[in-house]
Amino acid sequence: MASSATKPTEELDRVAIRFAGDSGDGIQLTGTKFTEATALAGNDLSTFPDFPAEIRAPAGSLAGVSGFQVHFASEDIRTPADEPDVLVALNPAALRANVGDLRGGGMIVINADAFNAKSLERAGYAEDPREELRDRYQLVEVPLSTLNREALKELKLGTREADRCKNFFALGLMYWLYHRPLEPTIRWLEARFEGDVLEANLTVLKAGWNFGETTELFPVSFVIPKAKIEPGEYRNVTGNTALAWGIVGAGVQMQRPVFLGAYPITPASDVLHEIARYRHFGVKTFQAEDEIAAASAAIGAAYAGMLAVCTTSGPGFVLKQEALNLAVMTELPVVVVDIQRAGPSTGMPTKTEQGDLMLALYGRNSDSPMPVLAPATPGDCFHTMLEAFSIAVRFMTPVVVLSDGYLANSSEPWKIPDVDTLPRPEVRYRTDPEGFLPYERDPETGARPWAIPGTPGLEHRVGGLESEERTGNVSYLPENHARMVRMRAEKVAGIARELPPVEVNGAKQGELVVVGWGGTHGAITSAVNEAREAGLDVSSIHLRHLNPFPSDLGEVLGRFEQVLVPELNGGQLSRLLRAEYLVPAVSLPKEQGQPFKVAEIRARIDALLGGDAR
Amino acid sequence: MSSAVLTRKDFVSDQDVRWCPGCGDYSILANVQKVMPELGVPRENVVFVSGIGCSSRFPYYMDTFGFHTIHGRAPAFATGIKVSRPELSVWVVTGDGDGLSIGGNHLLHSIRRNLDIQILLFNNRVYGLTKGQYSPTSREGMRTKSSPDGAIDHPVDPIRFALGAGASFVARTIDVDASHLQQTLHRAHAHPGTAFVEILQNCPVYNDDEWIEVEDRKQRIANALRLEDGEPLVYGPKGARRGIRIENGVPSVVDLADDADPAAAGVALHRESHASPSYAFALASLARPEFPVPVGVIRAVEAPTYEAALDAQTRAATQKRGPGDLGALLRSGDTWTVEA
Repeated sequence: MASSATKPTEELDRVAIRFAGDSGDGIQLTGTKFTEATALAGNDLSTFPDFPAEIRAPAGSLAGVSGFQVHFASEDIRTPADEPDVLVALNPAALRANVGDLRGGGMIVINADAFNAKSLERAGYAEDPREELRDRYQLVEVPLSTLNREALKELKLGTREADRCKNFFALGLMYWLYHRPLEPTIRWLEARFEGDVLEANLTVLKAGWNFGETTELFPVSFVIPKAKIEPGEYRNVTGNTALAWGIVGAGVQMQRPVFLGAYPITPASDVLHEIARYRHFGVKTFQAEDEIAAASAAIGAAYAGMLAVCTTSGPGFVLKQEALNLAVMTELPVVVVDIQRAGPSTGMPTKTEQGDLMLALYGRNSDSPMPVLAPATPGDCFHTMLEAFSIAVRFMTPVVVLSDGYLANSSEPWKIPDVDTLPRPEVRYRTDPEGFLPYERDPETGARPWAIPGTPGLEHRVGGLESEERTGNVSYLPENHARMVRMRAEKVAGIARELPPVEVNGAKQGELVVVGWGGTHGAITSAVNEAREAGLDVSSIHLRHLNPFPSDLGEVLGRFEQVLVPELNGGQLSRLLRAEYLVPAVSLPKEQGQPFKVAEIRARIDALLGGDAR
Repeated sequence: MSSAVLTRKDFVSDQDVRWCPGCGDYSILANVQKVMPELGVPRENVVFVSGIGCSSRFPYYMDTFGFHTIHGRAPAFATGIKVSRPELSVWVVTGDGDGLSIGGNHLLHSIRRNLDIQILLFNNRVYGLTKGQYSPTSREGMRTKSSPDGAIDHPVDPIRFALGAGASFVARTIDVDASHLQQTLHRAHAHPGTAFVEILQNCPVYNDDEWIEVEDRKQRIANALRLEDGEPLVYGPKGARRGIRIENGVPSVVDLADDADPAAAGVALHRESHASPSYAFALASLARPEFPVPVGVIRAVEAPTYEAALDAQTRAATQKRGPGDLGALLRSGDTWTVEA
């Protein structure tokens, strides 16, 4: 590991750095590399990439600013941190767009070369902000462009090519400042590039590190000791990667081939990209002509006996509803993943939200029950997918998984699961033609048989028209329809019998329980734990199963005087809890396209508990 | 179950057929049921997939696997089925509304992917199940409930649509011409790739006699151009023989004496396998009243199928990387160990 030989060091428990620059500056890459190095340094970490939907907005404009926040610590952390301690801003627009979030007195590292009249104007600064910032923050002005060009003068690179490396100069400098190992980044560069490009990136990475070692701008460097986390083998993983591996993993564990139908959409496309690389797992990916075809093909694949899935985001999820309703009617096991983003309509494609819960539950014509699951952390996306497939196949039903843009792109150290201890759900196709009826139900689960084409003697017809009980023949009889509606509802409701009891973080009863779901887990848990440490009587519940709810949820909620429901929407879960359990749930909505800050939830807890309880 | 012993009856389901009396679909159903046992495919490997509309009730009446899906999307469901299980014989049944209006996009993309499936498009030029609105293939000016002053849409031609999508097999046949229909179904099934078949079909309730010029046996001789590979484009009864000349892509009609040599008169020879679709387009542009209606296989060319290409990629990936190992996947890239 690289370490400073000549300067004093200081020990810190935790640091949050935000890298910011133009969307063409390679900020996401810089953040990702810093994260990888941080993971190998043994810290706990949580990241938050935040970028515009435009591929290359005009250079130097506020609209084009891309950011990547990395929070790392020697203790257990669950969020990317409310306020960064350090802002690395490669131009004035990046400074202006991000400085408001910075902790008071925090460090700002800027590319001093980028502060000229033209770029200040483009960022909307009437006058140079540096003078004023020096009073409130620790402003470090590094002539990044000059130093970067200087470092590359031996190589025959144009100014343009040389300038494109400056993010790696900044990265090298940050590696020095926080004692991160250079090796993982060097290995990555060597595997990816060759010739002048490789040489240039290696050179500036090391030059950045050496600059930290020699400059007087940084009198000390910082050590963040390794985190004391559960022993085991770890890796860094984003939600989308874990989700993709969960899909591949379901095929392996259930010993059935996987079919993924998808149409490109932010922020779900990365799942398709990831899985398309794993043909050797027998996974078939199909890039469909549209969202409807993606769902339809997946349902066709499920009909043919595959573990079928489609991945999308809100606008695509809307388009899939009619096809999914056919899967409800024909009771076929298909998993649909909605990686939610800010809406309505196109909304803010790269920004997170949890606005599709009601859509998942009630967005189809007529009574159309469908189980709904939501992962809580990036790594949890893996396990959620295994469970989703298991429920789909056991109960012969489509299943919705609600991830979100924050979970999709953020990352955390993930304890790699031991494959031998993962569940291996049984998959049974009907093969016996004796007494076969397509809608004869399993007495335990209510599932109909999975009777796939190619099985002699099981020829039968299914479709979107109402089916007669047991035979599956088309039926318009009133009593039959009523029975079928009820059976579909009871089958999905019955999944609750197999769910584990509600887990409460904190006391099992008391003044206040905070109920959340999905990607808000880290912020809620951090806020509740902090409040408890401060002496407040507050607990939390994080729901993985949104439909059906766990059987004991109503009873558990009833043991608390108040219920607070923070959600990145206008209050959808809180309305469901009020309707289902008649509890006085109070909503804490947030609709900014940004994840919760711990302090926002904490403030509401304090307010509900009288504020002066501390 | 051995396919050798199967008969037409083995493909008749126990469901009452509920089309209107006189509907062309009855004839199509009977002929499909007749052809099925002749194809040598085990019954359990046959899947009929449909969308919504009169034609889409078809799967209920076939004693095979059947999936009656949603409006316009049958090709997408069929794609999922065929990609998953290439050994299945997958038949899509659709209509002019289902296939070319709401489902136009899926029809286009399934054809260009060239999965080895059969798509039967029943074209009656009207919406039947919703009771008589004009369809995307209806003639301009057609008066219906939704077009009381006459339809102002320009119709789409299914054959040219399929050719435009890059179809490797395109054919047209007629609901009541049993032998031609059967022959066409055989050809469609034998073609390795997407076989698109337009079946001219009569709707006796909402658009009766739309195709009378080719459905009526007597008129058919004068008005239908039977396509045979390698044969000249000749039609018409004795005493009124005619041929089709195609010059610079432009077709024209030439009168032929009964004993005239069509080739000498410049009549084109039908070739299904032209690499360029231009000839097929010219042929497909023939329409009443100026020209006869071409029926038969308009285009049949060899092209790789989607599912074969996908399987080849899977085999290549497995050969190169070995079968997938989940434990290794989860450990790919950088990992580290936290000691107890």
